Amino acid sequence: MTIRSDRDHGQRYRPRMSCLKKLEATVVQMQDPSTGVKGTDQKLNVTIIPHVITGQNIVAWITKNMNIDSDEAQAFGTMLVAFGYIYPLQDHKKLVLRPDGSLYRFQTPYFWPVQKWKAEDTDYAIYLAKRNIRKKGVLDAYEQEEYNKLHKWMNHKWDFIVMQAKEQYHAGKARQKADRVVFDCQERAYWIVHRPPPQTHSAMDYGLDRHIDPNAEEVTGKFTCDPLISINLAKYITTFKNHDPFLVPCLPSNPWQTDDDSYWELNTPDVEIPTKMRVERWSFSFYELLNDPRGRADFKIFLKKEFSGENLAFWEAAEELKWGTAASMSEKAEHIFKTFLAPGAPRWINIDGRTMGLTVKGLEHPHRYVLDAAQTHIFMLMKKDTFYRYLKSPVYKEMQKKAISPAPHNFSEAQLQQNMRNRRPSIDPIITWQKEQEEKAKAEAASGPVDIKKLMASKLDRK
Amino acid sequence: MCDQTFLAITFGPCDNCSQNKPLMNIYLKNEPINYCSLCVELMACQGLAKGETTNTLKAESESLKAKLEEERAKLHDVELHQVAEKIDALGQFVMKTRRTLKGHGNKVLCMDWCRDKRRIVSSSQDGKVIVWDAYTTNKEHAVTMPCTWVMACAYAPSGCAVACGGLDNKCSVYPLSLDKNENLAAKKKSVAMHTNYLSSCSFTNSDMQILTSSGDGTCALWDVESGQLLQSFHGHSADVLSLDLAPSETGNTFVSGGCDKKANVWDMRSGQNVQSFETHESDINNVKYYPSGDAFATGSDDATCRLYDLRADREVAIYSKDSIIFGASSVDFSLSGRLLFAGYNDYTINVWDVLKGTRVAILFGHENRVSTVRVSPDGTAFCSGSWDNTLRVSAYLRSSGESELRNILYNTV
Repeated sequence: MTIRSDRDHGQRYRPRMSCLKKLEATVVQMQDPSTGVKGTDQKLNVTIIPHVITGQNIVAWITKNMNIDSDEAQAFGTMLVAFGYIYPLQDHKKLVLRPDGSLYRFQTPYFWPVQKWKAEDTDYAIYLAKRNIRKKGVLDAYEQEEYNKLHKWMNHKWDFIVMQAKEQYHAGKARQKADRVVFDCQERAYWIVHRPPPQTHSAMDYGLDRHIDPNAEEVTGKFTCDPLISINLAKYITTFKNHDPFLVPCLPSNPWQTDDDSYWELNTPDVEIPTKMRVERWSFSFYELLNDPRGRADFKIFLKKEFSGENLAFWEAAEELKWGTAASMSEKAEHIFKTFLAPGAPRWINIDGRTMGLTVKGLEHPHRYVLDAAQTHIFMLMKKDTFYRYLKSPVYKEMQKKAISPAPHNFSEAQLQQNMRNRRPSIDPIITWQKEQEEKAKAEAASGPVDIKKLMASKLDRK
Repeated sequence: MCDQTFLAITFGPCDNCSQNKPLMNIYLKNEPINYCSLCVELMACQGLAKGETTNTLKAESESLKAKLEEERAKLHDVELHQVAEKIDALGQFVMKTRRTLKGHGNKVLCMDWCRDKRRIVSSSQDGKVIVWDAYTTNKEHAVTMPCTWVMACAYAPSGCAVACGGLDNKCSVYPLSLDKNENLAAKKKSVAMHTNYLSSCSFTNSDMQILTSSGDGTCALWDVESGQLLQSFHGHSADVLSLDLAPSETGNTFVSGGCDKKANVWDMRSGQNVQSFETHESDINNVKYYPSGDAFATGSDDATCRLYDLRADREVAIYSKDSIIFGASSVDFSLSGRLLFAGYNDYTINVWDVLKGTRVAILFGHENRVSTVRVSPDGTAFCSGSWDNTLRVSAYLRSSGESELRNILYNTV
């Protein structure tokens, strides 16, 4: 059985990280002897390590050359460290950039993450074996565990691995002490990046493989664009500007900021008196009015006064059909036909002949979208006519007058602390949903055709 | 009665097989014809016709693409101009993390808000799906999926169920219960079935339908109760990573983005790809509609976020900076659409001014990639999930100058 993995383990292996090329370019710039980061020699025990740079110099260089502020520069620097382009000399296991006097060095390009070979387990085994040879017991606990694991899996190759480790060890011994120390540091940093210690992560972790070839040509271009935002988008922004809690503070206060949930209490779907902002929002578009359950309820009151509630009822029924379960489709379609479309129906809607014809014909083989044409017609009718009459009606004007405008909260520090301790839990949405369903059922029962016989029987009973 | 899955404007004899069936209107060589669905499938599976080679077909497709670009340029809306200049610039924002939700044992991959504006559901690499009340930071429900890498999760509009899926190639719906001790896995319903990992899922306007996208390159619409496939959407040539439903009143379209660098807009009724945008230089990780439904934003591995206008049928803005070189994993708009929140793979979240194209804030704090950013339904806060196993809810930092700002705005309105 040949297992075809779409991951190319050959020489072309490279994870999907074209951003690393850009990082490389920056690192090369940083190493420029005249315009790069200033390095010094550091004394480590008896050896002198050349080209050591401090964290604050790195941050300063990035801030100046990339034209960003120091927080962002620090974050960028952390990326450089996380990917192994720069490695820390002290506390080598934590791959973050500290903007103080902490010491760092540039990693040799041999160990850069974009090189064309994967960090193989074999290489890791050789590395650990070499360190073991050098001095027994120098491996950390997690490294020892990994070593034991690899020893088990690669038992068949173990002779080869030990031989390689010995060769590398002897080759290392032949080098100058300073070079050896530097190389050891570099190699160690490389393996920290590719085999992270426990409780840390590796920046090389890119998640799941995607099924497209990661080595396909990735074009990197310069992106500039003057936004040509259309009038519609700008209009929308201007209309809703005052309603955006990130632009204008919401009243009485943002619950996430002050730990006081009055804002949510005042804006529940079934609140008695809505806020002024909410009522204003209903006037922005018919969609906003219908989307808000409180607005829709108010609209229904208006329609009741005009005796034209059947349009909205039809629209709601058509929505239920569209978004309902497949099993209930034919039953719902029939019910809608009987209630709204059949000649002489109790809530007959007024649509033009052609649409009516199409719809009725479609209902012979009902499907989810059979009422689309009629629904759009009715929606447009409501949007273009009824909605505007609603906005001018006494129902809406009264609501605007009644609507409350809560005063902004002004909590002191102590009060905020108290709020934080007393965050209120809310009703489970399941309960809210169940209540809504009950009320809907009651409303439907109330609006259903009255059974005269039962009514008369109940009246006779009382007598 | 069967549930027809495409818009059957006409019902009658098929041009090909002459049987009375619901017809699809398609165009062959610029001629409109009416084929029934079976004949359309057969036609699509045919090999090359006489006189056609792959080269001629490629050349034909290239020439059609060129013609399309020409037509698009002609439709350049006369109204498109530098509207942004007339609108005031935003100052520098300061955002503050208000809640840090700890509890996942591994990378947080996805999250979604409940319509009650305070509950969220989040899923992670270790297979756990947790429902939190983000306001009190209490965990309310926890489900362990039988697979790892749960990359998609969604809260039902009613608040009574959650959907999730990932490496199991399925999307499952878990009805939530009031009893905290109940094992939710018992009532699990397997809804969607793909041939590759599930990358994203979303409920439509009700609990009864789910839209999913998958690594197999397709999106699909499913009926929750029966698990029936209602419609499938083919057109991407690589993994589809994200989808979003249009918020418009018609509510019949959605946009999807994938590894083929394309963002496609689909009609849910007919399954057809109505618009396509290909200007990104790398995988599109996330797509999100503009609140009005007239545009959408995308975040991609090429380190840019772009805004596409649906009516103008083109890209209208690119949000990028030289210092941002890591891919954007997730995007979302604020309530008015003025701000675009984008989470990046370099552990930061950048907030862009949609109109001006400038960056107004950058947030640090996460210790690993930001995998998902979502604004709450009432726009009061946004939640970011990250590979550092935490979720953070952040909001605008209150400032002492706030009350003055409010007075100024209310006096001019």
